[in-house]
Amino acid sequence: MSPILEIQKLTHIYSAGTPFEHTALEDVSFSVERGEFIGIIGHTGSGKSTLMQHLNGLLKPTSGKVLLDGADIWSDKKLTRQARFRVGLVFQYPEYQLFEETVYKDIAFGPKNMGLSREEIDRRVREAASFVGLTDSQLEASPFDLSGGQKRRVAIAGVIAMEPEVLILDEPTAGLDPAGRAEILRNIESYRQAKNATIMMVSHSMNDVALLTDRLLVMNGAHLAMDGTPNEVFTHAWDLVDMGLDIPEVTRVFLELRKLDVALPPVYTMEQAIDALKGGIAGA
Amino acid sequence: MLKDITLGQYFPGNSVIHRLDPRTKLVMLVVYIVALFLASGPASYGLMLAFLLTCIGVSGVPGKAFLRGMKPLVFILIFTGILNLFFTQGETVLVSFWIITITLEGVVRSVYMMARILMLIAGTFLLTYTTSPIALTDGLESLLNPLKKIKVPVHELAMMMCIALRFIPTLIEETDKIMSAQKARGADFETGKLMDRVRALVPILVPLFISAFRRADELATAMECRCYHGGDGRTKMKLLRYKRRDFCAYGIGILLLLAVILLTRFGL
Amino acid sequence: MDIAIKVDHLAYTYPGVDDTPGVRVFEDLSLTVDEGSFVAILGGNGCGKSTLAKHFNSILLPCGGKVHVFGMDTMDEEKLLTIRKTTGMVFQNPDNQIVANVVEEDVAFGPENLGISSAEIRRRVDLALKQVGMYEYREHAPHLLSGGQKQRIAIAGIIAMQPRCIVLDEPTAMLDPRGRREVMETIERLNQEKGITVILITHHMDEAAKAQRVIVLNKGSIAADGTPREVFSQVELLHSIGLAAPETVELCWKLNQLGADLPLDRLSPEECAQTLFEHWKV
Repeated sequence: MSPILEIQKLTHIYSAGTPFEHTALEDVSFSVERGEFIGIIGHTGSGKSTLMQHLNGLLKPTSGKVLLDGADIWSDKKLTRQARFRVGLVFQYPEYQLFEETVYKDIAFGPKNMGLSREEIDRRVREAASFVGLTDSQLEASPFDLSGGQKRRVAIAGVIAMEPEVLILDEPTAGLDPAGRAEILRNIESYRQAKNATIMMVSHSMNDVALLTDRLLVMNGAHLAMDGTPNEVFTHAWDLVDMGLDIPEVTRVFLELRKLDVALPPVYTMEQAIDALKGGIAGA
Repeated sequence: MLKDITLGQYFPGNSVIHRLDPRTKLVMLVVYIVALFLASGPASYGLMLAFLLTCIGVSGVPGKAFLRGMKPLVFILIFTGILNLFFTQGETVLVSFWIITITLEGVVRSVYMMARILMLIAGTFLLTYTTSPIALTDGLESLLNPLKKIKVPVHELAMMMCIALRFIPTLIEETDKIMSAQKARGADFETGKLMDRVRALVPILVPLFISAFRRADELATAMECRCYHGGDGRTKMKLLRYKRRDFCAYGIGILLLLAVILLTRFGL
Repeated sequence: MDIAIKVDHLAYTYPGVDDTPGVRVFEDLSLTVDEGSFVAILGGNGCGKSTLAKHFNSILLPCGGKVHVFGMDTMDEEKLLTIRKTTGMVFQNPDNQIVANVVEEDVAFGPENLGISSAEIRRRVDLALKQVGMYEYREHAPHLLSGGQKQRIAIAGIIAMQPRCIVLDEPTAMLDPRGRREVMETIERLNQEKGITVILITHHMDEAAKAQRVIVLNKGSIAADGTPREVFSQVELLHSIGLAAPETVELCWKLNQLGADLPLDRLSPEECAQTLFEHWKV
């Protein structure tokens, strides 16, 4: 099967030809397989947000191509519009985009724009709501009466209801407490499993990306600096620190252990750390 | 796209014009506009144009910035031009067909009107391009200070203006973000009938208003935390003080006004 | 040592709108903060930590009990400006607390409100900007700066009022790792070098670990209070209220669940590695 997304030599220059000209992306190429869970990391201004907005056709490349299912999304107006729905994009702090009187209507906004039938819209709204753990009574509430974490989940449901094959999220857990973070990540994972969807998640939380993703893209200075499994990427832990990024705490602990001449494989999740240590620690 | 709006953009610099007291610049703009409306005839217009171009030259602000700023006003300009062209009565008929008559007087008048508008806008731009918004607000507040005696809330108005200037870029950025987010959910702002397009704005305006109110609320709290309690007993870090160049500028302003009056008086 | 903040049997209920009942946040909360200390207040969303912070400089007034700031009752209207000048506040969203559109003008806003002479304001503004490392940006427009830079401007705006205490309400929640580091370093420096009392409200465990004292709030009352080592070793308690211990402690705790006997107060990767090394059977 062909990759769901193919990004070929993507370059984007903002305000080209003015004194404010700024290259946000330069010669970025990679492809995404169906069902992958990809983490995108990079500090602010590294080009992550610009990259994301190319994948569903919100931004047009200055040069290069974005292929969705093998077809260039800019080759035909219909394809561009389809890309909006097939590639769902959840922006940072999405709760600030809610606008309808009820949660139900807000979630229905996307499906309605797709021109679906009333029954189909209803099915999708209810299904999306269940993915993010919203109850029926909450569907009739005003989104502005909900708590911050709930608003966030309504906004995510609004994109999930379009049933995108690729779901992209920009820092979905920013500003939430540990319990709220875990909840959102569970919601995303359950959508992925139910629909065999592809997930791309931008995050500053290395623990989150380490835990969930199969593959990491590291953006730095408008370029794709690294592309590999978390294992491969976190092997270059100190390079990540140089790029202004965090690395998981357990990875740091293991790097320190290595300094003490304890030969252990590099780890990046809590589970791996436990597995690696349990044989060696007295009692465990 | 919304980010490209240049209205009121400040070009930092160190020219004499930049260094003039904002009050001087504000008064000078008024003098300049009065002179512009008094001017009639090639000589006075020529003098005004020479004055404007000299000031722009001295300021060091690129001419392109002025042209870019004029773009949104092209429509008004053309409209004024056409209006004057067609509706000016005159003796010397140049073209006449159906109900349209174009006279020489019409052409001359329309050229003058367009020149007046262009020079008016360029002069205003020169002020905003060479004066930081905050200096401008300070200048206005100081000039309007006597009005406090008749209970005009001068300080409050200046504070509001200052905050508005501070938040315009933030709100523009926010509008861009909300638009992108709603587009990602399939919202369409570019096609459809007028009513559809107006309706399409709801998903942008509602979040924008909610966010603006939230920001206002948080800002008010933050200002209170920083001991804001109105204009009473407030001091300023930067005091406005007239320098020699300001008196020179006022002198030039008076001369300009006199010259324009004289030139028009003698019908030049 | 002076007491910076003294909260005595505080009760607070947000007033309800129309017929809806108000939301009770505190029933009976008491705590004191010593001058010169660095205290972190931890808690999940909606535990009342921001509400508490707003009591420290008379933005909110108690419904019951008392709050004293350096001996001044926050209900005393005549002391209002002195209280706010003594206890400065920095909020989560840097965009919504910057008033002016030139950095130095914004920093000057607080001192200007205090009616200080122009020369003194100038001196304080320059000093404050140097202290947060933003002096070379003094003539920039704030909206073009990064989140971390904006937040440091906000901090400068507070220290220009020369407060004895700074309360920061989740100052890093909207920042990336680099911005968080910048802000945390600034806060620590102000506490250590200037002796300013710092109260940091956060839900990042690693930030709280840098404080001298951690207070955990849950549903309006204190769930734990002590040094970071004392508080974070209570892993089960933290889990039960939706929080987590720092990763290093979580790691040791999970190994203990499997039968190991590791101390639960290792907060830095270095310490944690050292402990693991000591328990390593070769």
